[in-house]
Amino acid sequence: MKLTATITASATAAILLLAGCSTSAPAAAPSGTPADSLEGSEIVVYNAQHEELTQAWADEFSDQTGVTVTLRSASDTELANQLVAEGDASPADVFLTENSPGMALVENAGLLADVDEATLDLLPAQYRPSTGKWTGIAARSTVFAYNPALLTEGQLPGSLLDLAKPEWKGRWAASPSGADFQAIVAAVLELEGASATTEWLTGMRENFTEYKGNSTVMKAVNAGEIPGGVIYHYYWFGDQASTQENSSHTKLHYFKSEDPGAFVSISGGGVLESSDNQAAAQAFLAYIVGKDGQEVLRTGTSFEYPVSDGAEPHEDLPSLASLEAPEIDPARLNSSQVTDLMTKVGLI
Amino acid sequence: MAMTPALQRVGRAEGRSRRPSLALIVLGGAIALITLVPVGYVLSIAVEVGGSQLLPLVFRPKVGELLVNTMLLVAVATPLCLAVGIGAAWLVERTDLPGRRLWAVLLAAPLAIPAFVSSYGWVSAISGIQGLGGAVMIAVFAYYPLVYLPAAAAIRGLDPALEESARSLGCSTWAVFIRVVLPQLRLAILGGGLIVALHLLAEYGAFAMIRFDTFTTAVMVQYQATFAGPAAGALGAVLASLCLVLLILEASARGRARYARVGSGAPRSATLVRMKLWNLPVLLGLIALLGAAAGVPLASVARWLGTGDTWAQAELGSAVVQTALLVSAGALLTILIALPVAWLSVRHPSRLTKAIEGATYVTSSLPGIIVALALVTLTIRLIPSLYQTPFTVLLAYVLIFIPRALVSLRAGIAQAPVGLEEAARALGRSPIQARMRVTVPILVPSIAAGAALVALGAANELTATLLLAPNGTRTLATQFWSASSSLHYADAAPYAVLLIALSVPAVAIMFLQSRKVARR
Repeated sequence: MKLTATITASATAAILLLAGCSTSAPAAAPSGTPADSLEGSEIVVYNAQHEELTQAWADEFSDQTGVTVTLRSASDTELANQLVAEGDASPADVFLTENSPGMALVENAGLLADVDEATLDLLPAQYRPSTGKWTGIAARSTVFAYNPALLTEGQLPGSLLDLAKPEWKGRWAASPSGADFQAIVAAVLELEGASATTEWLTGMRENFTEYKGNSTVMKAVNAGEIPGGVIYHYYWFGDQASTQENSSHTKLHYFKSEDPGAFVSISGGGVLESSDNQAAAQAFLAYIVGKDGQEVLRTGTSFEYPVSDGAEPHEDLPSLASLEAPEIDPARLNSSQVTDLMTKVGLI
Repeated sequence: MAMTPALQRVGRAEGRSRRPSLALIVLGGAIALITLVPVGYVLSIAVEVGGSQLLPLVFRPKVGELLVNTMLLVAVATPLCLAVGIGAAWLVERTDLPGRRLWAVLLAAPLAIPAFVSSYGWVSAISGIQGLGGAVMIAVFAYYPLVYLPAAAAIRGLDPALEESARSLGCSTWAVFIRVVLPQLRLAILGGGLIVALHLLAEYGAFAMIRFDTFTTAVMVQYQATFAGPAAGALGAVLASLCLVLLILEASARGRARYARVGSGAPRSATLVRMKLWNLPVLLGLIALLGAAAGVPLASVARWLGTGDTWAQAELGSAVVQTALLVSAGALLTILIALPVAWLSVRHPSRLTKAIEGATYVTSSLPGIIVALALVTLTIRLIPSLYQTPFTVLLAYVLIFIPRALVSLRAGIAQAPVGLEEAARALGRSPIQARMRVTVPILVPSIAAGAALVALGAANELTATLLLAPNGTRTLATQFWSASSSLHYADAAPYAVLLIALSVPAVAIMFLQSRKVARR
């Protein structure tokens, strides 16, 4: 029928247009660079990092190489489990995370290709997994953000584990549904073992107030709704550098002393073995941990730490070494055990 | 629609008794099967995951908490929405309230503000809003129009003679409302209550933003932690069961009593109740209601828009284009799929065609998150070529929004008399020509209305779009959500404005349609 045909044709056209407009146009590559051979290739990046940061990386990388980068953004664990479910059929070429456990999950499923040696060599050993199946791309530190009107310096917790004690009931906040906090739990699990972690989570469930997202936790602390909260450092620095509306009444407490609360989480980057665009995918990782990519971390508004040798963090940040983080092989952080434990305890 | 001329016996009178062609039946059956995919997914979770793994995931304290939260929300917010919606409808239809024609329009307006935008408006104005109280408040302001529109239409359709008789027999205004008007509104109340309750169960963004955990928000959390893992599936199965229980409750409460009147009654307007001293408090109440439901969200959006160069975001243009394409394709596809179902149920009513229509309603009572989980699982395991394609998103829109199209199409087809087509054929047109030249033009307005309603739903759809969207897709709703949930309220504002602007025409259509239904 005519009407049917017209409608079908326009629906089909719309679908085709839609498929076409989901990628951004490649920019011209500067001539004479070794990346010339990549010109015109396309990669799909499963991105759990903050979209603005990865978009900044993708844009500069596209300018330099002519590679078109399409992002699919979601959380660490969602994308990690998605990659595992997709297996060899995954459309993804590169996976970028905010934390290590999601990356370890994909690594343990045998889905990652080896990262180029030259890329790995750009980082000190503590910022990449012992296995070499992926690389650190950035880092973030656990902090305790508090409202000085409600907590004096003397009342601050000495250890993250103290927050499960009865005296902290109703006095701290976290966002347990987020991959960030789940990475912190993974660190506790790796450092303290399963039974101590379950005990800590059980105490936490009694004590803490749940918010959705680290920014929301910080906002609640700032508003005096709750004395303190466990978040990552860069939410605070980002807000301080812009409007300060969610952090002006807060301060940061670093746990230090290799406490589980001093955990520095490594954001990871890996190339999928099933990718048909290995060269472009490896080049994207090399760009991120290279000089230009790490410089984006110093000059941009992400306030995450760069991890390559010689790369400097944003001038507002304390040095990574001063945070006295516990030593953890990021390849050993286990996200599925963490979600199981948290589901069992009833936190998610 | 897909009727083949060969199967039609020329010369035989077309009427209700004529059987539909086999092709049409097969098509309808296939559509029903597709719409039952999410139900099949929920059932298959139980089988596949297995009792030993599923039971601990269902019977745990967290699920108990969610059950309490969700049931309290439904139990408190639904009656409140009914009270506000019916009260408002009665005020504009049966009293001499000043400016009641204007109020009749204004009270429907909050429907153009998506619930998650309303939540964002309130949270960014008063950050302490949270928990059950906050959830009920947001829900009432966002969803009372879903009761108000059908209730106003139903009141307008009532024969005023019954109310006048009751009053002449000595009933007070209040007694007339309780004993005469309310019982006649039973269907509108049940239907409106069901729609509100299903919205409450399905809503994600509005409640996630004020930290109120329901099953839908918990399924999202589990999805973010495990993708389509067993825990997400187990929570989804409980959620789907709740929806089906509501559907059955509503169907059984509808009863068999007749509220229709014999004959059409006199075409006259009702005697209006004189408000007198009540005018002032009632007007203040209505102003407060509109202020809370539309004023606060709009003021918040306006305030954030004014904080900087919020319209300069690079993604804004592509989000508009992608939303327009997805939503218009979704609306067209939904109409295409709803047409044969509506045709069958109006022109060829039978048990089979009722069952086909019923199947589409069951699925649409399931929240978008269940439909999305089902389609993710199905495409990734069985049809990888459809995985992460626009088609899968469109299919989700069809499954979720097909009743919106059916309601409109059914009314349209019912208004297209078979006799006109027969007359065209008697004048020498072939059956196809007759249908194209006579029936299709009559259907155009209802097709447009149905498409607009589907488009409204699809533009504001969040959960299924988040889960199913092809790589690189950004819609207004997902962009709004990603900005507002990371507290970039100013960045979210332009998306909110565009979503509201897109919704206005669809709400206008809903409003006009509700007036039309009453006039018939």
